[in-house]
Amino acid sequence: MLTCKQASQLLSQSLERRLTRGERFRLRFHLLLCKLCKRFGQQIVGLRNAIRQQVKLTEQNKEIKLSKDAVKRITQAINLIHH
Amino acid sequence: MVAMHTQTTSDWLAEHGDYLYRFALARLRDSHQAEDVVQETMLAALQNNSFAGQSSPRTWLTGILKHKIIDVLRKQVREVSLGESADHGNDFLERPDMDEFFMEDGHWADKPQAWGKPDGELEQKQFFGVLQNCMEKLPKKLAAIFTLRDIEEEENEKICKDLEITTTNAWVMLYRARMTLRKCLELNWIGR
Repeated sequence: MLTCKQASQLLSQSLERRLTRGERFRLRFHLLLCKLCKRFGQQIVGLRNAIRQQVKLTEQNKEIKLSKDAVKRITQAINLIHH
Repeated sequence: MVAMHTQTTSDWLAEHGDYLYRFALARLRDSHQAEDVVQETMLAALQNNSFAGQSSPRTWLTGILKHKIIDVLRKQVREVSLGESADHGNDFLERPDMDEFFMEDGHWADKPQAWGKPDGELEQKQFFGVLQNCMEKLPKKLAAIFTLRDIEEEENEKICKDLEITTTNAWVMLYRARMTLRKCLELNWIGR
C-alpha cells in the first residue's frame, strides 16, 4: 500500500517517465481511495499547463520590449566587434 | 554562405530583438539576464558565419538564444549560493523527503486544498500574477531545472547531460519544485 508521500513522488515522476505496470497499478489504487492525492496529481498537471501558458503569453506580449538602453548597449557591442 | 556583418546583425536586432528578449524573459524571469543573453546571441550570430539561409533568421537566432539560456540555467543549478549553510546547500540533490509536507506515517501533514479555477479575464490575470510571484520565490536551482523540464520540454537525459546531474537528482529537484510551487500557489491564490 502506498503512503501519500510515496504517491506524491510517483505522481511527480509520472510527469518525467513511464511508470512501471506495478507502480501504475498501486498508484491508481491509491488515487481511487485518496482524494487528496488525486487533487495533488491534478494540481501539478494544472501547474505545468499554467506555466506553459504563461510562457506563451509573455512571448506574444508585444508590449514587452528591450529597453532603449539595452538596444543601445547591444548595438554598441555589435559595432565593437568590427572596429 | 552569407557573411555576417554589422549591418545585418543590427537589422536583425531591430527586427527580432524584442521577440528574442520576450523569449528569454519568459524563461529566465529576469530582465537583466534576458538582455544579456540577447546580446550574447547577437554577438554569436555576428561572429558565426554559418547562417546559410536554411531557416529563417528568427529561427536561427532563437536556436542560439536557447543554448545561451540553457547555459544560464545550468550555472544556476550548479552554483552553491554563498548564503546557504553546508547541509542546505546541495541537499536538494541528496534529500528526497519533503518532511515538512508529510507526517511520520506518510500522510499529508498539510492537506492539498481545492482551488477554484480562475474565472474570467481578471481572475486569469491575478492567477498569473500569483504564479509569477511563486516562480520568483522558488530557489534558483529548482526554478532552473523546472524551467528546463516543464517549459523547454527537454528530455530528461538531455537535461541531466547538460546539467551534469543524475536522473535521480533531477527527479528529486523537480519533485521539490512542484511541491513548493503548489504550496505557494495554494497559499496565495486561495488566501488572496
